[in-house]
Amino acid sequence: MARRNREIGKAGWGYTALTGIVGLVYFFPVLWIILTAFKTRTDALAVPPKFIFTPTFDNFISVFYRASITTGSDQATNMGLYFFNSIFIAGTAVILALIVGTLAAYAFSRYPLRGNDTYLFIILTTRMMPPIVVIIPIFLMFRLSGLSGTYWGIILLYTAFNIPFSVWLVKSFFDELNPEIEDAARMDGATERRVFFGMCIPQILAGLAATFVFGLILTWNEFLFALLLTGVETRTVPVAMARTLGGEVGVDYGLLAAIVTLFLIPIFFVTFLLQNQLLRGVTFGTVKK
Amino acid sequence: MTIELRSLTKRFGDLTAVDAIDLTVGEGEVLCLLGPSGCGKTTTLRMVAGLEMASAGDVRIAGRHVNELGPRDRNVAMSFQFYALYPSLTVAENLAFPLYADRLAKSEIDAKVRNIARTLKLESLMDRTPGQLAEGEKQRVAVGRSIIRDPTCFLFDEPLSRLDVQLREEMRGEIKVVLQDLSRPTVIVTHDQLEALTMADRIAVMRLGRIEQVDTPHNVFQKPANLFVAGFIGTPQMNLLPATFAGVRADNRCEFAVDGGRRMVIEVDEKVTSLAEGSKVTLGIRPRNILLSSEPADDAISAVIDMIEPLGAETLAYLKDADLELRLVTDWKTPLAEGDVVHARFAAGATHVFTADEQAMRST
Repeated sequence: MARRNREIGKAGWGYTALTGIVGLVYFFPVLWIILTAFKTRTDALAVPPKFIFTPTFDNFISVFYRASITTGSDQATNMGLYFFNSIFIAGTAVILALIVGTLAAYAFSRYPLRGNDTYLFIILTTRMMPPIVVIIPIFLMFRLSGLSGTYWGIILLYTAFNIPFSVWLVKSFFDELNPEIEDAARMDGATERRVFFGMCIPQILAGLAATFVFGLILTWNEFLFALLLTGVETRTVPVAMARTLGGEVGVDYGLLAAIVTLFLIPIFFVTFLLQNQLLRGVTFGTVKK
Repeated sequence: MTIELRSLTKRFGDLTAVDAIDLTVGEGEVLCLLGPSGCGKTTTLRMVAGLEMASAGDVRIAGRHVNELGPRDRNVAMSFQFYALYPSLTVAENLAFPLYADRLAKSEIDAKVRNIARTLKLESLMDRTPGQLAEGEKQRVAVGRSIIRDPTCFLFDEPLSRLDVQLREEMRGEIKVVLQDLSRPTVIVTHDQLEALTMADRIAVMRLGRIEQVDTPHNVFQKPANLFVAGFIGTPQMNLLPATFAGVRADNRCEFAVDGGRRMVIEVDEKVTSLAEGSKVTLGIRPRNILLSSEPADDAISAVIDMIEPLGAETLAYLKDADLELRLVTDWKTPLAEGDVVHARFAAGATHVFTADEQAMRST
């Protein structure tokens, strides 16, 4: 009945314009950063702010190659490594958390323990306090165990951070599935492994994609633990970004904006790639059946 | 090949879902487990399938004790209420799925799939996924998938509950034909008595984990073993009137004092005559066995029509006053109006008598 109105463009110009304005308000900070990345230092600090200016790529060049404070001559920065670190650490941690979380969620959903809900609650409690509360013990543990400054140290930490979220979200996807299908597969001679990988996982791929993207965004932007627990070689972009602040020349807003712009690209890319899955994932169960 | 259940029991914690039931499904026989929801019929089916482990008792399939075997080793096929088609596989892949476990050659699998598709008229749908099928087509794929492996026996869980009325009639016929051709022991679980009455060779009526009666559809309907079966089978529901036995008349008819004050003299099973005078009983009479008479009679109840529901070919009338409620069905031509006083005669021999412990009094 309302089908016709759901077609794109049928909402009318008024609503479309209104939505555009609201969207612009939300998107403006991002837009401003991207614009700033293409400005010279004077343009970036100009009052009133400039919307029309001659774009420059200097900021992007100096992300990777700029004057050293000590020698004064241009030299390569480690920013390339830090981008790799961010992608490698966040990607590995979120995938690990997704694997562990999916297995745990399947167990919680299909083989409930006595007091299942209590266990689920306990898992969630680890995310109820502000992370800064545990930063000192974790820092000391990392120092003692030698995990401080290593890839595995920060990856394990992020994995642990993401697991509760993964378990809860993925469990809700498993709960939505019709268990008859699993029973049918068992009757038809499928092993438990085949039931899990061949029947359950394909049905919740959209949900897994959504969980992956949410986890990735959270981990990608994490600053506090990265600051304290990564070393020179394992530093992530948010930490490296913070280190460009200050110094004898003040804040270089153009450089900062260029780093942020580059930092947005991978997450934009992943979200864009998975956007169809994402929509289906977050509305899982509400539109199914 | 048969299915035998011996004092089969399933307990979930403190709850006994299935309570020591004994049942045999013979060669080629279709048995319906019928009962209200929560009576244990699905649990029983799942124990036969191997999806639930029995707490006690025995499941024997084709003479083999299978309690400890998993579902894949019992060679049992089951069709599920929501069809349980594999959503990520096509129709052809769905049909072939049970064959993979048997490690057959690809050509052999293809031949079997084609064969089944032809039998069930699925050839044009082979490349679709379940999401693209209509309800009736899904049901046919589900049936096809369960028969493709040539299993020892078949289990159906509410096979028709998801179809609309017209399709249901059609599929009932189709499934019946398929089952007759296969001639394997089959168990169908249903809460729909019409489904049970039309498809089953025998019906097992269950309540609270126990079997109340196992008999042919005809006998379950005509000779309910107890008050529960009498009330559960048949629509509109059988009229059940609490009464007191008041002795045998000279013409061998029995007199009853119906609770509320009315007295009736009716022809009932001769075993009833052995009751002690003053025994509490329940009289059961089906709405279609009540005849309308123009005069008051000693085997009739006179009362006012409270409400009328036309059913098409028949009319359902509710008689109601302070003492009793009675449903009766007449031919649609009989002129009836709400507020009329009618005399409802109980057809000779059609009244069932149940003792105080709810068992039917019957000589045969």
